Amino acid sequence: MARSVTTQRKVFNTLLAWLIGLLIFFPILWTILTSFKTEAQAINDPPLFLFFDWTLENYAVVQDRSNYTRYLWNSVIIAIGSTILGVLIAIPAAWSMAFIPSRRTKDILLWMLSTKMLPAVGVLYPIYLLFIQLKLLDSRLGLTIILMLINLPIIVWMLYTYFREIPGEILEAARMDGAGLKDEILHVLTPMAIPGIASTVLLNVILAWNEAFWTLNLTAAKAAPLTAFIASYSSPEGLFYAKLSAASTMAIAPILILGWFSQKQLVRGLTFGAVK
Amino acid sequence: MLPTKTLRTALAASLLAAGTASADILTIATVNNGDMIRMQGLTQHFTAKTGHSVEWVTLEENVLRQRVTTDITTKGGTFDILTIGMYETPIWGANGWLVSLNDMPASYDTDDILPAMRGGLSHDGTLYAAPFYGESSMIMYRTDLMESAGMEMPEAPTWQEVEAAAAAMTDKDNEIYGVCLRGKAGWGENMAFITTVANSFGARWFDENWTPQVDSAEWKEAVSFYYNLLTNYGPPGASTNGFNENLSLFQQGKCGMWIDATVAASFVTNPNDSTVADKVGFALAPDTGLGKRSNWLWAWALGIPAGTQKEEAAKQFIEWATSKDYLALVAEKEGWANVPPGSRTSLYENPEYSQIPFAKMTLDSINAADPNDPTVGDVPYVGIQYVAIPEWQGIGTAAGQEFSAMLAGQQTVEEALANVQQLTAEEMEAAGY
Repeated sequence: MARSVTTQRKVFNTLLAWLIGLLIFFPILWTILTSFKTEAQAINDPPLFLFFDWTLENYAVVQDRSNYTRYLWNSVIIAIGSTILGVLIAIPAAWSMAFIPSRRTKDILLWMLSTKMLPAVGVLYPIYLLFIQLKLLDSRLGLTIILMLINLPIIVWMLYTYFREIPGEILEAARMDGAGLKDEILHVLTPMAIPGIASTVLLNVILAWNEAFWTLNLTAAKAAPLTAFIASYSSPEGLFYAKLSAASTMAIAPILILGWFSQKQLVRGLTFGAVK
Repeated sequence: MLPTKTLRTALAASLLAAGTASADILTIATVNNGDMIRMQGLTQHFTAKTGHSVEWVTLEENVLRQRVTTDITTKGGTFDILTIGMYETPIWGANGWLVSLNDMPASYDTDDILPAMRGGLSHDGTLYAAPFYGESSMIMYRTDLMESAGMEMPEAPTWQEVEAAAAAMTDKDNEIYGVCLRGKAGWGENMAFITTVANSFGARWFDENWTPQVDSAEWKEAVSFYYNLLTNYGPPGASTNGFNENLSLFQQGKCGMWIDATVAASFVTNPNDSTVADKVGFALAPDTGLGKRSNWLWAWALGIPAGTQKEEAAKQFIEWATSKDYLALVAEKEGWANVPPGSRTSLYENPEYSQIPFAKMTLDSINAADPNDPTVGDVPYVGIQYVAIPEWQGIGTAAGQEFSAMLAGQQTVEEALANVQQLTAEEMEAAGY
């Protein structure tokens, strides 16, 4: 009897989880489906779900009109570059906060996070003026730096949480064995924290990939990533939903695939320490 | 690699052909409208002619506005040519942010640009942007529904006639709504429309001393009329309908009438997208007999930011893209129906173009709009569906939300008007008027 209740509950939970999952995924699915419709089918009422004349025309138009590869390449460089740069700075920062905390460590952590609460547009002009002075406008270097800076608080926080899980005694033992600071971080701490670092890296690549304020405002033609590619298909005067959907699908496909393959690390990273 | 190589070869060849000493790469910010996209596809003709090549930055209208405003106010120099509207051109021109286009060569024939467009894109007699395409607003109506209702649409109807037609065509059981109008909040969405309705009812935003007039009887009459018309004969959820939503409804045969941008005519008559393509008639935007019709005037125009290093090349591009030759080029490649409308007088004198069913009504609508004399009473401002002052974006955005909330049933007409009057007064006081 008890066993059958458990099975029923299991089935119920699984169904519920699938339902919620599908509900969350539905807008993305709809975008993908719309990208295979004609513009007239895209706005059809009642909406067409699966039974329409599938076409690749929108992808051909988008491919013809935009240099997708350039946008993609910019996105890859900016997302990966800013994450690597961020992790390089965040590992020592998180190490010091986790293993040699001072009286002010908690305050510093909170202060770092508070910068995320500021609306980005509030600092648009100062940053824009700085970028003009430093000749960083419309450059991948400039975007890499700015995205690293805006994601740094999250990287530090995540790594700090992982590092706190590692017993300080292990690092101490390494020091007793004669390991210097560099060895301690590089050869003892980092290998132990690899799962945590991996999920931090993944999450930040996704955040940097999707960032759509700075990437739109600080770029023009040369350094524009995929967010600008999508934005170029949005039109308030004309119904181009199918083409916009094709552009969106092309823009999210790489990150969707990356997310699919690394979901284990992502889930582990996001729920780390949550059940303690 | 191939496209870059091809581009380089083409560029080198064209350089030789043009015999130009230096070739520039122009960065142009623009919007994702059909005419602009078509221009992007024809850029190689410009490159072949001058040797200069072009990089396009295409953005959604509001993002573009924020993006180019940031760049121009900080002298960022990112763009060599900006696609700007009729609202910002005179303001930016007055601020010295744009290069004068008064010295275009005689062959460009500046006088051929429609007077209404030239007026709206100038400040103190100086032209600051050249119109790429222009639009007004007009009535698009279903000829079949009018016929079965036993009615005929006059060429220049009054609001009362429009209301009667809307009542006759409405058939809610079959999801046919007499009239579709903008309700979505935004200074370029519902406020553009509501302001033109107000103009035709004799209302105005400010008196000669910049005192807000939204608490006047004319405003109340205009907004009440708009509210009743849309509530009684409009589609459900009209408070979130903008241009695109109404276009979609009209194309699916759910609107008896739609009063909106003239540029929509080419969409609703395109049989690939519209189920009612062969059943659309056009009429001038309505009035109330007071002398002002409720049609707006807008242009997407090309301007050069002051301080660009490539002014010469930028002027050459504008000369090419807004010339008579460009119109002929589009006609040759894509047909007359796809020529950017509303910029030049000569286009409307062309016998082939006058065959296009909406050509005459577009021109008449544009000519019926005068941004320098937009209202029945005197006003200190320029602009028909907007007030050409920097504060307007803020006022229009907030007012748009009030009127949209009114349409959604969250407040009454009186409450919305009182709120708009108050917020306008506060904004203007803060701005030092």
